[in-house]
Amino acid sequence: MDIRPILFALRRHKLTCCLLVLQIAFTCAIVCNTIFLIGQRLERINLPSGIAENELVYIQLANIGGRPDGKARAAEDMAALRQIPGVTAVALPGEMPFDNGSNNMDIRINPEQHLATLSASQYFGEGVVKTFGVQLVEGRDLRPEEYVDLSDVFVMLANKQYDKLPNSTLITRAMAERMWPGKDPLGKQFYVGAGMPFTVVGVMANLIRPGSNQMNAGAGYSTVWPVRLTLDQGVGYMIRCAPQDRDQVLKSAVEKLKTLDPNRIVLDKGTMEQHRRDFFRNDRAMVGILLGVCIALLVVTALGIVGLASFWVAQRNRSIGVRRALGATRGNILHYFQTENFLLTTMGIALGMVLAYGINLFLIVHYELPRMPAMYFPVGALILWGIGQVAVLGPALRAAAVPPVVATRSV
Amino acid sequence: MMFGYYLDLALRSLKRNKVLTVLMVLALALGIGAAMTTLTLLTLLSGDPLPGKSGQLYYVQVDPYPKDHPFSHSDKLPWLMTYIDAMNLVRAHRAQRQVAISMSTMKLTPTTTQQRPFFSNGVMTTAEFFSMFEAPFQYGGGWSAADEEGRAKVVVIAESLNNQLFAGADSVGRTLRINDQDYRIIGVLKPWAPQPHFYSLYLGGRDYGDGDTVFVPLQSARAAGMDPVNSFSYEASDRTKLETSTSIWLGVWAQLPDAAAVSSYRSFLTDYAKEQVALGRFQQSRVGLSGLMQWLDDQRVVPDNVRMQNGLAFSFLLICIVNTVGLLLAKCLRRSNEIGVRRALGASRPAIFAQFMVEAGLVGLAGGMLGLLFAEFGLWCIRRQPAEYASLAHLDVSMFASTFAMALAASLVAGILPAWRACAVTPAPQLKSA
Repeated sequence: MDIRPILFALRRHKLTCCLLVLQIAFTCAIVCNTIFLIGQRLERINLPSGIAENELVYIQLANIGGRPDGKARAAEDMAALRQIPGVTAVALPGEMPFDNGSNNMDIRINPEQHLATLSASQYFGEGVVKTFGVQLVEGRDLRPEEYVDLSDVFVMLANKQYDKLPNSTLITRAMAERMWPGKDPLGKQFYVGAGMPFTVVGVMANLIRPGSNQMNAGAGYSTVWPVRLTLDQGVGYMIRCAPQDRDQVLKSAVEKLKTLDPNRIVLDKGTMEQHRRDFFRNDRAMVGILLGVCIALLVVTALGIVGLASFWVAQRNRSIGVRRALGATRGNILHYFQTENFLLTTMGIALGMVLAYGINLFLIVHYELPRMPAMYFPVGALILWGIGQVAVLGPALRAAAVPPVVATRSV
Repeated sequence: MMFGYYLDLALRSLKRNKVLTVLMVLALALGIGAAMTTLTLLTLLSGDPLPGKSGQLYYVQVDPYPKDHPFSHSDKLPWLMTYIDAMNLVRAHRAQRQVAISMSTMKLTPTTTQQRPFFSNGVMTTAEFFSMFEAPFQYGGGWSAADEEGRAKVVVIAESLNNQLFAGADSVGRTLRINDQDYRIIGVLKPWAPQPHFYSLYLGGRDYGDGDTVFVPLQSARAAGMDPVNSFSYEASDRTKLETSTSIWLGVWAQLPDAAAVSSYRSFLTDYAKEQVALGRFQQSRVGLSGLMQWLDDQRVVPDNVRMQNGLAFSFLLICIVNTVGLLLAKCLRRSNEIGVRRALGASRPAIFAQFMVEAGLVGLAGGMLGLLFAEFGLWCIRRQPAEYASLAHLDVSMFASTFAMALAASLVAGILPAWRACAVTPAPQLKSA
């Protein structure tokens, strides 16, 4: 179809055309960026954790104040928890995935380095790897004889006996790739604090770090240390069991802990899956809002197109009749309006792409977001072309239905 | 009166195209509803936590980190202070008032009721906290510097806790068990919850929401073994020796009533940092002294989500306005004949302009009213969100008024172009074609 007459006709109502193009451009720009933001959030919500999420339950206890028997009590608790039918492993870690509290440390590959290579989270506690269900891809797990009590670590640090500190540690593959790209990380050393060296003895496939903000600086940057904790140093008991046993195990575990010490306060308990859902609540809410805005925008724009197209059809009723009388088919009229809309939408999209890029630059500067991948541009364009064609269909069909006899009537 | 006539014409015109009118009103209402919802939230969250006083409050920063282990990659000063620096600055008394603050999770055991022990975010702070932040007392008062040096086991509690434990009675002199030790209540606050909770920034408290419930003298709390929620350190350190360690875990505020006080405090602070460099404790003599609002702004307390939603909502409003302009314009262009007739019968251009502006204004008014409903709905949705500021989201009178102002402004802006086009219509050709 020849588009020149259409362009010529459009020139007769420049102002309304400009407004429609402008509206489509704004919509396109915002829809592109919103879809990109939704994608970012979804990526966060679906972050792989590297742990056996559907096999874990946790119990967080309140136990304020260091007790002299903290170590013995933790051992007693864990022995009792292991005896619960269905329990395969128990640990008392210092931090938990999908919690907001976390210990983090700066890691340097070279002790003289000015800025740290990366910041990683520190998981303490005996049996963390086994209990969390973390997969080791290289090297070995930490050995029982390597473990040291955290309180002893404090004493060693205070006395500057750095050589007595446990020296082995586990890192994730994401860390290994960042620190020594393409090289075998096993046996390599990194430096923490005032240049204390530690050796990598094993590499984990993945282990998510706690803390919402910390996740942005590398969700997979976690280390595991041979440090044993007492009840008041740990974040709570993590218990692993078969997925179908979780509720029963959790119930028995709380009962057992209460029988061992009736004065305990259970601060929080639940399954890891539910803990993960809670952790991403804000992100899910934001996805809902963004999606809502996106749909509302598209609806408003579609309604705008319907409104304007209807007017144009009504306005050109007579000329349509004349064209029909001169031999134009219904299909020709339909295509005319569809092509017209396509042209306007394309102009809007072209302008919208520039705007979308601008908005993305703004977001990069002000919200530290990554650059929008180019694939979002065609996605936005397709959506708007689609919306435009759907919106114009009604008025265009009405135009096509105008009988040729209208040409003979006066308005 | 002409206005009445225009109103009548506008209503007729709007009635003639009901679907279109509804579309315009609905689009405008959606845009205004979304914009007002997020604007209400943004104003609320970026508000002044202590109106009237915030101009005198300054956040103090020094940098005890070594040069080769900087606190941040982008040269930011450490958020918090070591105990040594915080106490040096507080004890120097170079500002009108000064406090050091840290937060701790405290276990409270009710002694009066049969309630179970529960946990609460407690504040460990120095004596001038209450006078400096104008926390109002219902009963009793704060503690003195002497109480603090003497590690007195005293506590100030919030009204909410007083209601919970003592049914709102004057509980001064009674006992509260914190972490299994007895503290004597010496003061009960009136409801006090500055939004945002500027003083607990980086200390591990919440940024918005209910106020804190327990306030314990810093030294007493530390003597009783209370630990800060947050501490940062450039070297691995023993948390039990926080008083002498290089860990930073305290926020320090100074009250400086005028510009002279600010500049003299700044030079005192600079001298202090230089002195610490000379002593070998610091390697850099950088200092920071930011006004409360400046500090909140720099630290971006308002969640990014909220800013982003606000930007989105206003873009949405913009699109709705463009949409309304387009539709009004299309509508008015169709009525060229009618305008021609009115012009030929003697209506002046301003009269035509006024007529169309009234029509646009009506759309705006209707959009505003509906938009208000949408804004209420939007805020209701926000209150159901799992955010700590959720419960604060309410529309107040000024926001209510601005909704209408905004709706009207939006629709009048939208109406200018069509109205201008309408009054540009020349009567003769229109009459001929009719």
